[in-house]
Amino acid sequence: MKGYDVQIENVSRAYGSFKALDDVSIDIKKGEFFSLLGPSGCGKTTLLRIIAGFDSPDTGILLFDGKEILSQPPEKRHVNTVFQSYALFPHLTVYENVAFPLRLKKIDKNLIDSKVREYLHLVQLDSHIHKKPGKLSGGQKQRVAIARALINEPSVLLLDEPLSALDAKLRQNLLVELDHLHDQIGITFIYVTHDQSEALSVSDRIAVMNQGKVLQVGTPYEIYESPATDFVARFIGETNLFEATVVNCDPYEDYFMTTLDIPALNSLVKVTDYDNLEKGQRVSFTVRPEKLKITGERPNKVGKDINLFHGIVEEPIYSGFQSKYYVLLENSTVIKVIQQHANYMDEGPEIDWKDSVFVSWSAEDGYIVEVVDS
Amino acid sequence: MSSLDPSFLIKAPTHPVGVYKVSKNQVFKDHRRFGFSNIVLVLTILFLFTPLIVVITYSFNSSKGMMWTGFSLKWYAALLFDSEELWRAFLNSFIIAISSSAVATVLASLAAVGIKWYSFKGRQFIQTLSFLPMVLPEVIIGISMLIFFTAIKLPLGMFSIFIAHTTFNLPFVFLLVSARLDEFDFTILEAARDLGASERQTLMKVIVPSIMPGVMSGLLMSITMSLEDFVITFFVSGPGSTTLPLYVYSMIRYGVSPVINALSFVLILSIILLAFALRRFLKVIAASS
Ligand SMILES: Nc1ncnc2c1ncn2[C@@H]1O[C@H](COP(=O)(O)OP(=O)(O)OP(=O)(O)O)[C@@H](O)[C@H]1O
Ligand SMILES: [Mg+2]
Repeated sequence: MKGYDVQIENVSRAYGSFKALDDVSIDIKKGEFFSLLGPSGCGKTTLLRIIAGFDSPDTGILLFDGKEILSQPPEKRHVNTVFQSYALFPHLTVYENVAFPLRLKKIDKNLIDSKVREYLHLVQLDSHIHKKPGKLSGGQKQRVAIARALINEPSVLLLDEPLSALDAKLRQNLLVELDHLHDQIGITFIYVTHDQSEALSVSDRIAVMNQGKVLQVGTPYEIYESPATDFVARFIGETNLFEATVVNCDPYEDYFMTTLDIPALNSLVKVTDYDNLEKGQRVSFTVRPEKLKITGERPNKVGKDINLFHGIVEEPIYSGFQSKYYVLLENSTVIKVIQQHANYMDEGPEIDWKDSVFVSWSAEDGYIVEVVDS
Repeated sequence: MSSLDPSFLIKAPTHPVGVYKVSKNQVFKDHRRFGFSNIVLVLTILFLFTPLIVVITYSFNSSKGMMWTGFSLKWYAALLFDSEELWRAFLNSFIIAISSSAVATVLASLAAVGIKWYSFKGRQFIQTLSFLPMVLPEVIIGISMLIFFTAIKLPLGMFSIFIAHTTFNLPFVFLLVSARLDEFDFTILEAARDLGASERQTLMKVIVPSIMPGVMSGLLMSITMSLEDFVITFFVSGPGSTTLPLYVYSMIRYGVSPVINALSFVLILSIILLAFALRRFLKVIAASS
């Protein structure tokens, strides 16, 4: 049995007057690696608990493969969970933890043994099978939790920030393993995280949540390049975000060339966009730091779709493969620029502290996040 | 699932094994000199054990007084063959210790679980109240029990002692089990359900085994406290219900009989043996937690 489609429709859940989930609707496809991404306390765990059956929504429905599932208890749902805190049974060994779901079913002992060993091998824990969870490292516990959740061959695997307790390197490794695992067994993965780089790197699609609401559902690419709201733009990756007013909007080739008035930059900025915006409309404008070019000299040829600013480097941050600069523009707004170091540098980056620099970007690289007037 | 190809996993383990292991005593060994702390240690041991050694020595004395008149085992013979009452008191103590600690353990464990699991009115109050017997002086507990039993016309005897012991054992077991429950990760209950366990299976296979160490140490502690209690028992005992501590006390009133010295040695020996057995047992339990 392969994965289920999971449909969440208009689900709300309140604790007292506090809305932990506010009218959440998400369609997750069979076999997808789907991530729920959002800051701490935004309701990710609450949503997972509803899918697993530990909690039920105040309103809304939940469908697995088109079938209503809310009336089923957790043990009947073909869903297994890797818990945020692992939730391993402290009194059982690694082996017995993984065998636990099978022992409940009164399966033949030899069958249990071979299956448990197979799954422990799958998560590379062959040499730790007789340890108690208390004696395992964080990464090992997490693998036990995964093996235990998979041994029942669920149709949907829920993972609640399984890597949050681990260091960056190990997290990367396990993330890649999880991705492989997903490719192999092909069931639906619903992965909760508050780490945007984790979500971007493995997910087929991502739902970005904040304060109980789903702000955007899309592929990692869509979410990064075309954020639906200010929050999404700021939460995913780094960005420069400014309030702006539409000055005018002209058809230009097969899209529109929009001119924005940005008070923070004290200047007009050009940006191409697919939408025909009204004059005077208030929007947010965003441009990712890595899309900005930084040069010591004024570029000698400035096209009409290039936005150019002059400033002083406030703080250069060198991190090997790239440098990040906080550039103080003439009207005291700080803009972030990231420069990739693609070539060998004998004497470090040319641009240094307090250097006078020019920052520019093309109209195509900016993005307008529409402000919904409220 | 058996068609899984784990080949992608065949690479260096992401987690180095055993790097953190440091030999147990390695850190401290080098600092072990005969210093102040060792002097304190020796003095403490002397202070604790000299009285015991005196008692043990005199249990082998052939005469009754404090003069050493020669080695003899006659007090041991007296203890074994001529102390029917002492053994009856011992049996009483034993019966009460086992029954009261068993009942106290069951009640207090349930109470601890109930107070952790469910929220209800007066929960905090009950929790605080349950520690009262632990901080009240024993004399007060003894007297108030005596007054209470008299008021409800409960005859003093084995049963009243049983009730009293159960009462003063309750808070200790409650405390130990509560401490265990404080570390209890409630998501493992959800994990059990998630993995297909019914509510009953969750209770029997997850909850009970994981709070067992707390329950067992509560039980052992109540047995000890019940066996050695004198003050409260003194107030609530009646004719025919003399426990060992009461009996020993009554013997001493007619002068210290060397039989008591002999009894002390037997008790010390059996407690040492018991302690070793318990250590073994606790180690097994600790390993399982
Ligand atoms: N049982 C509860 N009673 C009251 N409030 C709750 C309860 N469970 C969750 N909440 C609240 O609901 C909100 C969402 O909680 P949730 O656990 O879903 O957050 P999360 O997105 O998983 O956060 P994190 O990333 O920190 O795990 C939080 O503000 C939390 O305080
Ligand atoms: Mg959470």
